[in-house]
Amino acid sequence: MSTAISTSAPASSPATAAPSALTRLRWWVCDSWVMTKRNMTHVVREPEEVVIYFTLPIMFVLVFGYVFGSGMAVPGASSDSAYREFLLPGVFVMTMLYGLGATASGIAFDVGRGVVDRFRSMPVTRSALVTGRSLADLLRALLEMTVLVVCGLLVGWQWHRGIGNALLAVGLILLLRIALTWMGILLGLIVPNPDLVAVIVFPTAFPLTAVSNVFVAPELMPGWLGAVSEWNPLSATVGAIRELFGNPGLGGSSWVAEHALVMAVVWPLLMLAIFVPLSVWRYQRLSR
Amino acid sequence: MTNEFAVVAEGLHKRYGRSCALDGVDLTVPRGTVHGLLGPNGAGKTTAVRILATLLRFDAGRAEVAGFDVQREPERVRARIGLTGQYAAVDEVLSGRQNLIMFARLFHLSPRAARARADELLEQFDLVDAAGKSAAQYSGGMRRRLDLAASLILAPDVLFLDEPTTGLDPRSRNGVWDGVRSLVAGGTTVLLTTQYLEEADQLADRISVIDTGRVVAEGTSDELKSQIGGDRIEVVVRDAADLASAAHVVEAVGGGAVHTDPDTRRVSSPVRDRVEALGDVVQRLREAGIVAEDIGVRRPSLDEAFLALTGHRAEEEVAA
Repeated sequence: MSTAISTSAPASSPATAAPSALTRLRWWVCDSWVMTKRNMTHVVREPEEVVIYFTLPIMFVLVFGYVFGSGMAVPGASSDSAYREFLLPGVFVMTMLYGLGATASGIAFDVGRGVVDRFRSMPVTRSALVTGRSLADLLRALLEMTVLVVCGLLVGWQWHRGIGNALLAVGLILLLRIALTWMGILLGLIVPNPDLVAVIVFPTAFPLTAVSNVFVAPELMPGWLGAVSEWNPLSATVGAIRELFGNPGLGGSSWVAEHALVMAVVWPLLMLAIFVPLSVWRYQRLSR
Repeated sequence: MTNEFAVVAEGLHKRYGRSCALDGVDLTVPRGTVHGLLGPNGAGKTTAVRILATLLRFDAGRAEVAGFDVQREPERVRARIGLTGQYAAVDEVLSGRQNLIMFARLFHLSPRAARARADELLEQFDLVDAAGKSAAQYSGGMRRRLDLAASLILAPDVLFLDEPTTGLDPRSRNGVWDGVRSLVAGGTTVLLTTQYLEEADQLADRISVIDTGRVVAEGTSDELKSQIGGDRIEVVVRDAADLASAAHVVEAVGGGAVHTDPDTRRVSSPVRDRVEALGDVVQRLREAGIVAEDIGVRRPSLDEAFLALTGHRAEEEVAA
């Protein structure tokens, strides 16, 4: 710092009138976009992290699809690629669940390192940090879906009921992802450091997918376990998208299993109704 | 904005459960000056800064920064302040330049103005060569400079520096000090917390000594020093084993409380008549066979002032 620091900086915003509602809205959009771009830049500058998040689902497709899949039964189907057709919608949803870990550790890192404090000491719209994060996560989920769809097509998975239904299925997947993002935001605000996120997320995420219809149809599980699996929110989305993609494995005669399409909307909305207010409350508590 | 004080705090109280973080802090900082908040860890310095920077609510009192009430108009305060905390709060994945552009955009500069300002700041903080590197690859000093640059995007009216040089090597520390001085020359008001007496002595026009949530003394460095009395005699012994007997000699001559520092083999005590005391100490040391490396009479250091004001050393942790 040999040179003197000039104060020829742009003047601070006018001291007089408070910004109008329109200006506030414009700032909110603008700030959220800057935050979104920030998170997307992370993907570009640090692709390793994303690659890890991609490798895991692809590994599941290969290991379950070819190694365990040969011994897996799919109710009502018998062809060679039936299990892989059954598996792919499960892996789509599983990937959304694991994405929660990236959300939570990103937020925890920002809180722990004082980056959030810096944002909070600036005239930034306060909600932009989280709106930017969830938008970036959504874009990232689209990227993940693209890679997984290509991977699925390569192993013999496809959609059978037209592009409209297929897009609707993708919509349901993204809806679940938004709900999971808010769960991740809350987790990130609660844990004291980012390392703890992985310790919490990964050991809980796998059993959560195992006790659902992601890998095995619940009607093939012991009675009580099958019931738990059917009520697992992940199962609703998986069941609904299997239906929309026309993939095999639809089954179960319970109420939840028969109403998978409705529940695939209800569960995420319920999660949002819980996690959005809790996250806001937790964020405001940073000022305590 | 015609207010002559950039920071005004009156009777700030902040409680965490049953413990009291701030117990009625008063503070007035005239525009364009540097004010030091000096105190040990846990004294409440950071709490005070976080309150003034709108990060923390408080329980009682009033605070005004850059002419706006902190509680009623926090957004207007935020548009006029910069904050550099104890951690370098930058995005570690983004490059230095990307960080500055992002922060500038969040201060609502246009994309073009944000890029221009980022380049200007990179130049001023000697970060041009590292502009494209991730902040994670920066050294501690570079990261702190980037952090400081991020606080200066809008040339804030008031800059809060929370222990800006903790953990820095002396060269980087001098760099930060120079930066602060030239900012103040440009009209910025700085509120600085530190546990280093030297830092407060070097930078601050006025100092508030803060201890267990209260301001225990306030004044210029000279005022604080004279508040605890006048001259001190100081002896540095060659052999650390002589410290105790040297302390004895100094006490006999000075008659006041003796301060012994084993690390520097230094013994000091207040004296009334400096010339007479100097002669006495020299003679008595010789009689006792103690070899002194240095003997002198000087004004008290801020460290000693702090000890006298609070009853403990500045760099000690305060037991909770």
